[in-house]
Amino acid sequence: MSQSASAVINPAPSEPPTRRSWGITNPLARFLIVRFLLIFPTVFILVTMVFVLMRSIGDPITAALGGRLTAAQLAERISSAGYDRPILVQYFEYLGQVFTGNFGTAITDGRPVSELLVTYGSATLELAFYAVLVALIVGIPLGMVAAYFRDKWPDAVLRVAAILAYATPVFFAGLLLKLVFAVWLKVLPVAGRASTRTELQLSTLEDKTGIYLIDAFRLGSPAAIGDVLSHAVLPGLALGLLTAGIFLRLVRTNVIGSLSMDYVDAARSRGVSEYRLVRKHAYKPALIPIITVIGLQIALLLGGAVLTETTFEWKGLGFKLVEYLGARDFVAVQGIVVLLAVIVALTNFIVDIVAAIIDPRVRY
Amino acid sequence: MTTTPSRFVAVWRKLPIVRQVRQSVGLQRGMLVAGLILTGIFLLTALFAPLLAPYGFSQLRDDDGAFGAQVPPGGAHILGTTVGGYDVLSRVIWGSRTAVLVIVVAVALSIFAGVLLGLVSGYLGSWIDRVLVVISDAVYAFPTLLLAIVAAIAISGGQSSFWGGVFAAAVSITVVYIPQYFRVIRAETVRIKSEAYVESAKVIGSSTPRIMFRHVFRNATRTLPLIFTLNSSEAILTLAGLGFLGFGIEPSAAAEWGYDLNKSISDVTSGIWWTSLFPGLAIVLVVLGITLVGESLNDLADPRLRTRRRADQSAPVLETAALSTVDLDDDSNPIDPLEARS
Repeated sequence: MSQSASAVINPAPSEPPTRRSWGITNPLARFLIVRFLLIFPTVFILVTMVFVLMRSIGDPITAALGGRLTAAQLAERISSAGYDRPILVQYFEYLGQVFTGNFGTAITDGRPVSELLVTYGSATLELAFYAVLVALIVGIPLGMVAAYFRDKWPDAVLRVAAILAYATPVFFAGLLLKLVFAVWLKVLPVAGRASTRTELQLSTLEDKTGIYLIDAFRLGSPAAIGDVLSHAVLPGLALGLLTAGIFLRLVRTNVIGSLSMDYVDAARSRGVSEYRLVRKHAYKPALIPIITVIGLQIALLLGGAVLTETTFEWKGLGFKLVEYLGARDFVAVQGIVVLLAVIVALTNFIVDIVAAIIDPRVRY
Repeated sequence: MTTTPSRFVAVWRKLPIVRQVRQSVGLQRGMLVAGLILTGIFLLTALFAPLLAPYGFSQLRDDDGAFGAQVPPGGAHILGTTVGGYDVLSRVIWGSRTAVLVIVVAVALSIFAGVLLGLVSGYLGSWIDRVLVVISDAVYAFPTLLLAIVAAIAISGGQSSFWGGVFAAAVSITVVYIPQYFRVIRAETVRIKSEAYVESAKVIGSSTPRIMFRHVFRNATRTLPLIFTLNSSEAILTLAGLGFLGFGIEPSAAAEWGYDLNKSISDVTSGIWWTSLFPGLAIVLVVLGITLVGESLNDLADPRLRTRRRADQSAPVLETAALSTVDLDDDSNPIDPLEARS
């Protein structure tokens, strides 16, 4: 909605409609092409911003290894890596590399950044999947309940709960969950993605996906599956409940809107059960705004993933990003940020497509 | 018999917050009042931190010797001490002061920049507008926390003083929030630009800056207090997130809740609960308070969302809560419900 909202505000009425058609007459196709092309400036601007911010405090070599090498050694390393050239030259070279998918080599551990992205990206993907699952299971039914009991006590309780879910920092929720379930009750593991034994077992697998749950299933060992799942419960809950609060509010407002429609009254007068009224008649039309906004939560989810991963030592992109930032390894940091920017831009594009296909009013 | 309220009461009833409390009923009033109380406690704590806190935020020892690390709650340290040997209660209290300062600086900076850019972009239009919109959309779409981290790293190169730390954190948060103010103000400006009074001002020969900063500015900034309230709770969460990841203010420069929570990760594993529980609760209560206020104000500002008094309910009330537009879901311009729906 970020782009579509501003476009609605400023529909550029002053321009003749024929001027920009480029021979493409189908409005949907043109809309999609424009949206697709918008991905590039989005990613480009973020890449540039991060590049400028990162370089404003010096070159990566001094930042990473400053204390450990003599001045002469540093200068040699800097010139061999090309960091003593004009900043613009470096910038264009970097852009060229990024465009061809070459993100460089991490300074601290010497691994290619693209390899890091695949390894840790799959871990973050797995966490995000669990979180969305929790959010959908918790948020959507409760939202419908709140809408049905609008302004009665269940609604009041659920609304306060939703605000509370928003007000609780995801890392604090994570620490509390850890304290209760892992330390006091001792029913779930404290941190990590799997126990050492399972990790070893998984590493023997050929062509790993990096997503532990899939790998554990392919391994076919129930113990490994159980272990992986038990490690996922707390991080998934912590990140999922944060998102669930938002889903709850969203479903509530939209279902309230569609519950007041005439056709719901008509259905009720025909004797349709109250459960079916909410579940089918009111919820289905409310889905359109829900889908679009849920898609836009990806940015929030990624931000939350950084905090959740640090809380639970979940070795994903966020966890590594903080590690690399601490070590001032800006090559790796830039790589991770570019990947995240691409993910966000792509998601927004997909959301726009879905919205346009579902709701013809979006295309203009 | 109705008595005419005295002049003092009349003025009192027109004060911004008081008017809204009087306007609200039922659950809405309960939420608003609860939020106001929490926010009030937070502000008072920040103001009187030196009087309330038993120790300094970076104090490690008093006349009886060092505090000791991870002392359980009770005795001289009501809420215990941290792994670093600080008094938990004192750091929680001093933390409110840091939070208030960072929010005020951050929100003031982002309003200033966002409003200026929004006015210029919306009123002047042309290529400046296109470029600014694309940039702000790009920044807006990106995870706020990540952006704040990157900015914090670049800005806080060796800032260890109190004000240095506060400003570094505030500027990092500003970078993230400028687009939000920019979007709202620009949208309003574009709308106002075509109003008759702007045209009239043009006709009588007012200069462009005068129209922009007098006519458009006054009308475009009506909704700012609401966004300000909703944003400050988000700013606290961002500040805590920065601190939690270790990119916030140094512990010797100021007390910061997120930092304390970071240091308590290992405590939790060994069952030490007091170092994480209290700073965390402080964040939750403050954000809860500010959010309740912001949300209630938002609902009250929109006559269609306002819960009516019972007497008024004899007339059919439009079912328009579907337009609820609180920006918790971060979807769009938080204030204008019609736009959020379109």
